[in-house]
Amino acid sequence: MIEWSGAIVQGVLLGGLYALFAAGLSLIFGVMRLVNIAHGDLIILAAYLGLSTTVMLGVHPFVALLIVMPVMAGIGYVLQRGVLNRTLGPDILPPLLVTFGLSVIIQNALLETYTADPRKLSGGAIDTASLDLGGITVGVLPLVTFGIAVAVIAGLQFVFYRTALGRGFRAVSDNQDIAQLMGLNKAHVFGVAMALALAVVAIAGVLLGMRTSFDPAIGGGRLIFGFEAVIIGGLGNLWGTLAGGVILGVAQTIGAKIDPGFQILAGHIAFLVVLAVRPNGLFPRVAH
Amino acid sequence: MSALLSVSGLQKSFGAVVVADATSFDVASGEAVGILGPNGAGKTSLFNLITGALKPSGGRITFDGADITASSAAARCKMGIARSFQIPQPFGGMTVFENALVGATQGAGLSGHEAEQYAMDVLDQTGLLARANTRAGTLTLLERKRLELTRALAAKPKLLLLDEIAGGLTEAECQSLIATIKDIHAGGTTIIWIEHVVHALMAVVERLIVIDFGKKIAEGAPKPIMESAEVKEIYLGVDPDV
Repeated sequence: MIEWSGAIVQGVLLGGLYALFAAGLSLIFGVMRLVNIAHGDLIILAAYLGLSTTVMLGVHPFVALLIVMPVMAGIGYVLQRGVLNRTLGPDILPPLLVTFGLSVIIQNALLETYTADPRKLSGGAIDTASLDLGGITVGVLPLVTFGIAVAVIAGLQFVFYRTALGRGFRAVSDNQDIAQLMGLNKAHVFGVAMALALAVVAIAGVLLGMRTSFDPAIGGGRLIFGFEAVIIGGLGNLWGTLAGGVILGVAQTIGAKIDPGFQILAGHIAFLVVLAVRPNGLFPRVAH
Repeated sequence: MSALLSVSGLQKSFGAVVVADATSFDVASGEAVGILGPNGAGKTSLFNLITGALKPSGGRITFDGADITASSAAARCKMGIARSFQIPQPFGGMTVFENALVGATQGAGLSGHEAEQYAMDVLDQTGLLARANTRAGTLTLLERKRLELTRALAAKPKLLLLDEIAGGLTEAECQSLIATIKDIHAGGTTIIWIEHVVHALMAVVERLIVIDFGKKIAEGAPKPIMESAEVKEIYLGVDPDV
């Protein structure tokens, strides 16, 4: 029994990481209806940037975030204004194709720069530290990851609903043409949204790199987990995305408990079940 | 007399349909001007050209001394041009207050408490204060029209463009809207108003411009214009020579 509750707790904490994968996806889809196929590869790019920073400066990965986050945010702004803004329009195909191409470019650039060898970010003592919670052993790093995920979601929620920037996001999302007539520069608002999304991606990438080893090819899988978390939770609902991540995480750890080879499949099955029963996700934002 | 808005030789067509044909006129600071014309004459297109939603194929627009012909819609809003739409287009997912706040923060460049206070003042002026926390998508037609006005006013415009804001309202609603618009004009805001509800227009504007097929065909004091042969022909289909 204790083993099963252990698996559930591990799954919940893993869900925090998945929610971080998903939060950026959810944000940019919500603001500009852009489905970013390169999202997973951007997460891996952030992990490698974290690796370079820790190696070059000899700092802890958490300290490296002080550099990786602004760098990723800068990449996001430039990418959006220089490339992705040009693909947005009534046709949904161009952004899909361009971000797919971007995904291929990022993967191969990482392969060229860092080789295909699996790498890992070393966090020192926190990597192996654990707590005993009434018989259930919990890793400190997953616990910290989950805490960060909750803080990031709460932060995004605050920005979205309590700040002028968030009103700008929602106004542009609601009606792009009118928002421009109200003095909002759409190109800039989209650039800022992507910068914010990639700052979250930076956190997700560094935490992923501390948790498991990574190589240039694993971005696609992270993208799928992110998508599944967003869709399980319901589009446009950030807390729902966290719940979606948790459901996916729990399904995976329980699946792994039944049979170690069953982990990924169990997550996909949980996703399909939710999709069949509640096609709009569990907590969709109220439609207007 | 220095013009706040000056349109000269404006040219725009969609294929064979000409919506602006060498249109030229000036609007002085503090003036209230009405624009009349039959459906499809190019009135709304004229607003789209002034706000920057459409780019003209020829001609110049100057506003407050600066050439804005090539400026973006967002830049023009920040300079002080705001409009309301004939078919209300609120940010439906946001509250009435948040709609006003977008204008106050983005258009008028206010922030924090100052922006909130200003948004509340405008809501009070347009009679929507009681609905401040309602989601804009659930408002009635009159309320939506008032929200159009609110959002435009929240941007603190020097020039307010009203597009058929009185259309579809009852007589009582129309009267209270006229009072609100008179109030705004008395506050020093320059107004250009497109309207088919002629008596509403006549109650506010000091000058009328009549356009048809993208061409300005008459301009002057409201009363003589309404009695002129061209306007009668356009509106009543009367041939003045018969």
